[in-house]
Amino acid sequence: MAEKTDLPQGTLDLLILKIFALGPVHGYAIATRLQQVSRDVVQVPQGSLYPALHRLENRGLLAAEWDQTDTGREAKFYRLTRKGRSVLDSEVDSWLRLTQAIELILRLSPGDAS
Amino acid sequence: MNWWQRLRARRALESQLQKELRFHVDQHTNDLVTGGLDPVEARRQAELALGGRALVEERCRDARGTRWVDDFVQDARLAARQLLKHPAFAITAIVTLALGIGATTVMFTVVSGVLLKPLPYPESERLTIIGTHTDKYGSRWGVSYPNFVDIERQAQSLTTAAWSYGGGTLSRGDDSEYVNGREISSKLFSVFRVAPVAGRSFLAEEDRPGGAPVVIISDDLWQRMYNRNRAAIDSPVVLDGTPYTIVGVAPAGLRLDGDASVFTPLGQDSTPRMRNRQANFAHVVARIRDEATSAEARAELATISRRLESAYPDANTGASFFERSLLQESVGDVQAMLWLLLAAVSLVVLIACVNVANLLLARAVSREREFAMRASLGASRGRLMRQCLTESGLLGLLGGALGVGLAAITVRPFVLLWPGNLPRAQEIDLDWRVLAFALGVSLASGFLFGIAPALRAPSRALEQTLRRGARGAGGAARLHSGFVISEIALAVILLVAAGMLGRTMLRLSSVDPGIDIKNVLTSRVALAPSALQSPAQMRAAWQEVLRHANSTPGVRAAALSDIIPMRVGLNGLGYWTSPTPPPANQVPIALASCVTPEYLSVMRLPLRAGRFLDDHDRLDTEPVVVIDEVLAQHAFPQQNAVGQHLWIQALGKESVRVVGVVGHVRHWGLASDDGAQMRDQIYYPLSQVPDRLMRLFSSVMSMAVRTDVPPANVSEPLRRNLRTASGAHVLYQTRTMEDLAGGSLARQRFLMTLLGISAGVALLLACIGIYGVLSYLTSQRIPEFGVRMALGATASDVMRLVVRQSLGMLVTGTLVGMAGALGAARLLQASVDGVQRMELSTVVCMTAVLMVSGWIATLVPARRAARVDAVEALREA
Repeated sequence: MAEKTDLPQGTLDLLILKIFALGPVHGYAIATRLQQVSRDVVQVPQGSLYPALHRLENRGLLAAEWDQTDTGREAKFYRLTRKGRSVLDSEVDSWLRLTQAIELILRLSPGDAS
Repeated sequence: MNWWQRLRARRALESQLQKELRFHVDQHTNDLVTGGLDPVEARRQAELALGGRALVEERCRDARGTRWVDDFVQDARLAARQLLKHPAFAITAIVTLALGIGATTVMFTVVSGVLLKPLPYPESERLTIIGTHTDKYGSRWGVSYPNFVDIERQAQSLTTAAWSYGGGTLSRGDDSEYVNGREISSKLFSVFRVAPVAGRSFLAEEDRPGGAPVVIISDDLWQRMYNRNRAAIDSPVVLDGTPYTIVGVAPAGLRLDGDASVFTPLGQDSTPRMRNRQANFAHVVARIRDEATSAEARAELATISRRLESAYPDANTGASFFERSLLQESVGDVQAMLWLLLAAVSLVVLIACVNVANLLLARAVSREREFAMRASLGASRGRLMRQCLTESGLLGLLGGALGVGLAAITVRPFVLLWPGNLPRAQEIDLDWRVLAFALGVSLASGFLFGIAPALRAPSRALEQTLRRGARGAGGAARLHSGFVISEIALAVILLVAAGMLGRTMLRLSSVDPGIDIKNVLTSRVALAPSALQSPAQMRAAWQEVLRHANSTPGVRAAALSDIIPMRVGLNGLGYWTSPTPPPANQVPIALASCVTPEYLSVMRLPLRAGRFLDDHDRLDTEPVVVIDEVLAQHAFPQQNAVGQHLWIQALGKESVRVVGVVGHVRHWGLASDDGAQMRDQIYYPLSQVPDRLMRLFSSVMSMAVRTDVPPANVSEPLRRNLRTASGAHVLYQTRTMEDLAGGSLARQRFLMTLLGISAGVALLLACIGIYGVLSYLTSQRIPEFGVRMALGATASDVMRLVVRQSLGMLVTGTLVGMAGALGAARLLQASVDGVQRMELSTVVCMTAVLMVSGWIATLVPARRAARVDAVEALREA
């Protein structure tokens, strides 16, 4: 089993929003999807998932409704709202900017410092 | 869904949450079973992956943001149950708080109504008064009428109006009564921005000499005499013998230094003071125009002052005009007293809070086990603290609600008890300001006495607490002592303040007022209007008044005077010892009384030298005056004053001869006279007042009679006797001299009473605190005492232990309180006339009172400790 890393603070919300950008899903699907896309590298505790979903719903970034699954059971489906999409876009932007900047610093060789 | 919707839908949300999580686990289980796991094991692993269903649920609830509401309701319910379960504790705490909060609310209601509320006029913050500042006497005068006219004409940034005291005998048919009045300039209503409730205000052409005789009556008089009938407008009334036409009714809210029933145009006043640029009698109110600022207004007044100073150097040298907010002016010197009293009752509330905190703390210690149990079941420390604070908050609110009820009942009687006139008394009301204040105080006190027990909510060492049961007192003992020490310190402040006032009263009531105040009745007199036709008639009428008064049974002597010692009102005259006086602002001013010869024997003034005024002093004889020893000392130091001459501008260009010196009279009141600015006194004879001034003097004279019987008894016979052949002379504002002297100390007495009560309550509460805490601590120490006794300590040794503990608290508290008392003493000295420095004896006395009371409170617990049975105590331990 590969070594797992804890998610950095505040990034769980970002990941969740990103997955919802592909279309409405229910909580369990999110959990499995998260696991797959992060290739088992990042540890997403399932227990934190639901509080995060509810928090995003309350902030109006996600909307939820009850619907039937393929197997005919009722499940709570979440989808991204317009507000959620714009928040996602700006968050992704700033995340990328930040990581690029950090990468730049980390790759700095001693001679470049002056 | 917004917060509010989430709060209302929380049941539905709860079941949806369950359903969602169930779906998650089922789905996960299915997947695992598909992967080849045994169904039971699959479910176990699915649950495990979720990480504790209860915890996830909790965190989802937290995410909703409505959690605390449920908690709060739960806590409040629990708190209510707790209170109901311990009714004795609940009642004690609530009543203590209700008394404290009630008292503070009453004081705050008065402070709010008098000091904080804006005056009842539109944009009242732009209203100011204008006065004259003189170099010698400071900013305490009104403005002379000629100066007012100039200011009114020149000022661009202010609209101004003036008023002065008036009044007279109002007759309608056979009915006549004395009414208070005000002379007002035509713009007064528009400056205040109030409209007459009926009719109109004065026109500019009515506000000058020779204008039509018109009068505005008060709303109250309109009600009383005309039953609010509009027919009153344009109907005639007779004021002091002159027929007037009513043109309007003033609104009840318009108040010019107290109530007045009639308003007449100031410009029609024909007395000489209207033309005297040095007679600063007019009260000037001004409204700063909308486009101007008060800085501009002040600058403009300064410019006008300079302009008038150079135009009229004789009268205006050294005089300048100042402006001051009308609110501050109407509130006057009660401000300091009100804040003082509010501070005093706040201290009492603090002590009450500390006592309740003590009670709560004692309970918190015995509930430690309960809290430990909650904590071990997963309650966080914050959660436990919140619960404690909810309980104390509930207590605070209950006490506050009861307190506001008490305040609503007592605020009116309290205002009536206020000594003298409390300005704006009619505006004092239990309004939203007061309710907000009471709510704030309730919550703050709830927090204050709840925080210490709440901080004890267990965080660690749960297991130990649980095992130890309810016995450990731990650090609570130090907290308890801290509480008692702060209570004692607060009580010391109040005790010393009350003691200082008590001493002041004691000293002042033995002060010699300078006259014999026993058996003297004083009263203002309004001559019958028919007697006001000519100076000769007026002189005859005054003789008649004296004759009738003298023939009244019980009256030994009667005299007239325009001013009465220790009653409101004054007449200041500038005097000099040579015909060429210095500039106007450096002329010394003496309090001048215009009297008849009998005044000496009625008041029993001590005659120091020469003679008093007598019947030989007439218009055609040499003008004479009698001066008091203070003036004699100022004007003729080390000389014989009798036979010297004084030049008094107001009495004419010629000099007057001093024929006698009498003792000083404490005109400004027993307490205030020492600090007064105008202490020189002059007496001059009514018989030498020139004819042209007789009308003016006749409107201000009072009578004083010395009686053989209690003076109040002669007031009715006197009143009857003055209904003479030439018409009814009316007596009004009849007071005994003793009342006036007592009234001059009313403020000190009132403060002393209230502070005394506060101090008493504070002392009682502090003693209850000492008693309660010692009883509690002693009961906690019983096992220890048992051990000590088993090892050979005697009962008195144990008793000594308890007493030493109490003494330590008393001494520390007193020392801490003394620092506060020093501050309070300085405050008292600055704000109450006649209060002197804090004396050591006062402090010693008050500390002794505290120590003895504290000692008594200690005795019962100490005895109980001494009676501890060693074997019993050890077995319990």
